[in-house]
Amino acid sequence: MNRSKHWYEYLWIVTPVYLLLGFFNILFAWLGMIFFCVPLIIAIATGNKTYCNRYCDRGQFLTLLGGRLRLSRNRPTPNWMRSRWFRYGFLVFFLVMFLQMLWVTYLVGAGAQSLGQSVKLFWTFRVPWHWAYHGTLLAPWVAQFAFGFYSMMLTSNLIGWIVMALYKPRTWCVFCPMGTMTQLICKAKAGGAQLPCTACGEKEAQT
Amino acid sequence: MLSKKFAQVDRDFCVACGSCVKVCPREAIFVWRGVTAAVEALRCVGCGKCARECPAGAITLEERGAAQ
Ligand code: SF4
Ligand code: SF4
Ligand code: SF4
Repeated sequence: MNRSKHWYEYLWIVTPVYLLLGFFNILFAWLGMIFFCVPLIIAIATGNKTYCNRYCDRGQFLTLLGGRLRLSRNRPTPNWMRSRWFRYGFLVFFLVMFLQMLWVTYLVGAGAQSLGQSVKLFWTFRVPWHWAYHGTLLAPWVAQFAFGFYSMMLTSNLIGWIVMALYKPRTWCVFCPMGTMTQLICKAKAGGAQLPCTACGEKEAQT
Repeated sequence: MLSKKFAQVDRDFCVACGSCVKVCPREAIFVWRGVTAAVEALRCVGCGKCARECPAGAITLEERGAAQ
């Protein structure tokens, strides 16, 4: 099918650029706050998952790797992985880990702990990353948060790539905490609204 | 002529990611309010592309008439 591409279909480039920037200077990890706030703002303001459906760089990058580059086995996502308890469980786990990261940031800010110049993969393995820290005019907690945030981003990307290779290109999206959160917000906003009768072939009732 | 089969979305599994929308050649599937995907049954030609793409295994092809 031939159609002109929208500008937002090139946003996949953001994923490798972000990861690369954080490799050279960890402070760039702060940019990730954009990926954190924008989807939630869109969901809260418009009641739609437009971020996932259109703009998300990660979803596009996974489609690129698994689809066009054929790195995915394209097998069905396992039942447990697409189950509700796993999706919500992973969300809770992710949020707890996020809070823990904020706590460490606080400790460093309060001077109770020194800055850890490393990236933690899969919430377990410490990987040296000191080359990305060039000393800073800013307080140490700013860098600590960046290391923590980058760890989270890199880990979730790695998980995304692994399940992309094993299952469908966008299997990550099934349990992506951001996707789950925005869907929950949308569900709450839609309330008891009924899905339009779609057998009629009309799209009008969509809003 | 309507196709024999058409796509149906299982709301319990759909995560509203929109992957299916991007591959549908007929623009027959859309994401409704960020809650679930839904199919315009009369537009759908039952090609199954959406079902192959769906990471949540939420789409099945059903015989027409069975659900209508
Ligand atoms: S589910 Fe997550 S990774 Fe997938 S498109 Fe949405 S925000 Fe992006
Ligand atoms: S690809 Fe599957 S999970 Fe994603 S919106 Fe379509 S039906 Fe829902
Ligand atoms: S079966 Fe084919 S035509 Fe029908 S919704 Fe899926 S992709 Fe579109």
